[in-house]
Amino acid sequence: MRTRLKNISVCDPVQNINDKYDILIENGVITGLSAPGSDSSGADREIDFTGCVAVPGFFDMHVHLREPGREDKETVITGCNSAARGGFTGVACMPNTTPAIDSAETVHFIRMKAEKHLVDVHPVAAATLGRKGETLSPIAELSEAGAVAFSDDGVAIKTAAILRRVMEYANMFDRPVIEHCEDDSLAGGAMNEGFNSTIFGLSSVPPIAEELTVARDIMMAEYTGARVHIAHISTKNAIDLVRQGKAKGIKVTAEVTPHHFTLTDDMLAGYDTNYKMNPPLRTAEDVAAAVEGLRDGTIDCIASDHAPHTLEEKEMEFEYAPNGILGLETQVGITLTELYHNNILSLEQIVEKLAINPRKILGLEIPSIKEGAVANITILDPESEWQFDSSKMKSKSFNTPFHGTNYKGCAKAVINKGQIYHNDTFSTI
Amino acid sequence: MQIGIKHLLGLQGVSANDIQMLLDTATTFKQVLERPIKKVPTLQGKTVVNLFYENSTRTRISFELAEKRLSADAVNFSVSGSSVSKGETFKDTVRNIEAMKVDMIVVRHASAGVPLYLTKICKSIVINAGDGIHEHPTQALLDMFSIREKTGKLEGLKVCIVGDIAHSRVALSNIFGLKAMGAHVSLCGPATMIPRGIENLGVKVYTDIDKAMKENDVLNVLRIQLERKAREYFPSVREYHQFYGITQERIDRNNKDILILHPGPINRGVEITSDVADGPNQIILDQVTNGVAVRMSILYLLGTRTSEE
Repeated sequence: MRTRLKNISVCDPVQNINDKYDILIENGVITGLSAPGSDSSGADREIDFTGCVAVPGFFDMHVHLREPGREDKETVITGCNSAARGGFTGVACMPNTTPAIDSAETVHFIRMKAEKHLVDVHPVAAATLGRKGETLSPIAELSEAGAVAFSDDGVAIKTAAILRRVMEYANMFDRPVIEHCEDDSLAGGAMNEGFNSTIFGLSSVPPIAEELTVARDIMMAEYTGARVHIAHISTKNAIDLVRQGKAKGIKVTAEVTPHHFTLTDDMLAGYDTNYKMNPPLRTAEDVAAAVEGLRDGTIDCIASDHAPHTLEEKEMEFEYAPNGILGLETQVGITLTELYHNNILSLEQIVEKLAINPRKILGLEIPSIKEGAVANITILDPESEWQFDSSKMKSKSFNTPFHGTNYKGCAKAVINKGQIYHNDTFSTI
Repeated sequence: MQIGIKHLLGLQGVSANDIQMLLDTATTFKQVLERPIKKVPTLQGKTVVNLFYENSTRTRISFELAEKRLSADAVNFSVSGSSVSKGETFKDTVRNIEAMKVDMIVVRHASAGVPLYLTKICKSIVINAGDGIHEHPTQALLDMFSIREKTGKLEGLKVCIVGDIAHSRVALSNIFGLKAMGAHVSLCGPATMIPRGIENLGVKVYTDIDKAMKENDVLNVLRIQLERKAREYFPSVREYHQFYGITQERIDRNNKDILILHPGPINRGVEITSDVADGPNQIILDQVTNGVAVRMSILYLLGTRTSEE
């Protein structure tokens, strides 16, 4: 199978190239990058990507695939379809499934489910058995089975003592600990604490619940020499703590979700449960700090925290509705619209946040667009204007606040494992 | 001239005109309540459902009486706990009720935002009878009615709300309503019970009850909800009573003319002593009487409003 992607710009910050090419792919491997029109050898298929940019395949390091346990919300396959449609060639899935991903069998099960799919799925395993914060999960065995990181996501690792052991142990295998930072004793509110929670009359969680745990985790990373990755960072002070930690040389990295760098808790005025997530939406000051954190490199990557829930679960009284929104199919649109077109990040920087850094953090191979490399590519159309229609999503769920939003810039296609997803169809390449 | 609002979801954003109309109409209905036959045919043929997802005796009875005195058909639907525990979703419950052809829904719910949500999923007129720690607009209206009845005005009056502001739906509605009517509103309670950012609403915050009493014309004393989490917010009932309890001695010492309101039910000996609860400064039972008149006024003005759409 020979496929030629014609008239496509290539943006690969690792190789430092940013030019226009025809890309020849044979059986899933890049075999030629040539000036547009210069290679007239035959091909089974030619696709014209004029106006588009090929970048190393995007990777979302924080998604909830819900399998095993809640296949009514999402499965590995529907989640992967959603990822492909959203422009991702790889995801890391979180362990808060039922049962939790705390055994090699569950890691194998998830990897097996995704084996033939275009999208790479890398499980993050539970740091403690059942995510209960009491007993270490079999970290060595889980690493061997393919777990790329350890986390009790949904909650922070319960005690400093267990956190310390998890860090020391995971560090032997050079695996990072991913922390959902929230102090348990201050947790439990339906929105961010502040003036808005006061006038909306909703239970609230203070920003300091996140910041205290970020501080604890960074200090523990310094003490143990282990790597800690702060999931879905959302407050200005937490971002400052990461900035200070990095300046001290502590091995701390951080991700932010598109909703946390664009939306504020003002959105909750209508009590729409599609704005209910944890961490909650914060204030304009926090959103500005997240954007600044992305710009100055304090925040290493963008991740969606894709969290599917059924319609009947989200169509509930605000206080009772579960936390979380979908993100895989809006992430690229939001990022290009808000960060690229507003001149906050260059395309190279966006590729770092969405393709390079997440894989670096998880110790995965970084795809490159060069001759001889496996084709692991996301094709962007940065100028295309489109409206997001939640009814067309590939995810099994619909819980998104972004229905009807207009974006500039989208993912046109993804290529990985000898397959291409283009025009809503998978085919071999 | 008809009322501007379609539903009564809260007092935030409700105009002074609408509040004035609600209070003036309540005055008329209060006269009806003084008659031997306390019933008018105004809402004959209308069906009102009292949808109570939280225990409440006085608010529900007050609404029910108001509905019956307006000749509406009143139906009570009480559910303890959330819809989750019942197995049926809130939305399904509401759709079932509406399928029985009702005109108005009076709703009490532990989750803020439910009255607004109701307006999105059904066509009935919605009246908020208390949502979470958000608003309780009919309570605030009856408080305002009672204050106005006693003092003759609201504008320029200094009203202080005392107690657990953070977990009160009465406080927020009173702040919005009183401010719309030109009163000066302040709050007093332990710092642990003052919600963040509340001063942005233009209210003064006291932690010293004696100072608050000296500087205000009216105290609206909130119930300490001992059955809820209130106990975590102060060291003991004894200490709360010592530092924030309204006693006759405090009234005599600080402001013997101060007007005392309490939305009930009273914890005698906690936020208010018996000598005050039964004493000359309070209008607690007037509030209860006025509650029916105020709720008649709301049901009448919303139920007879003609839609211009």
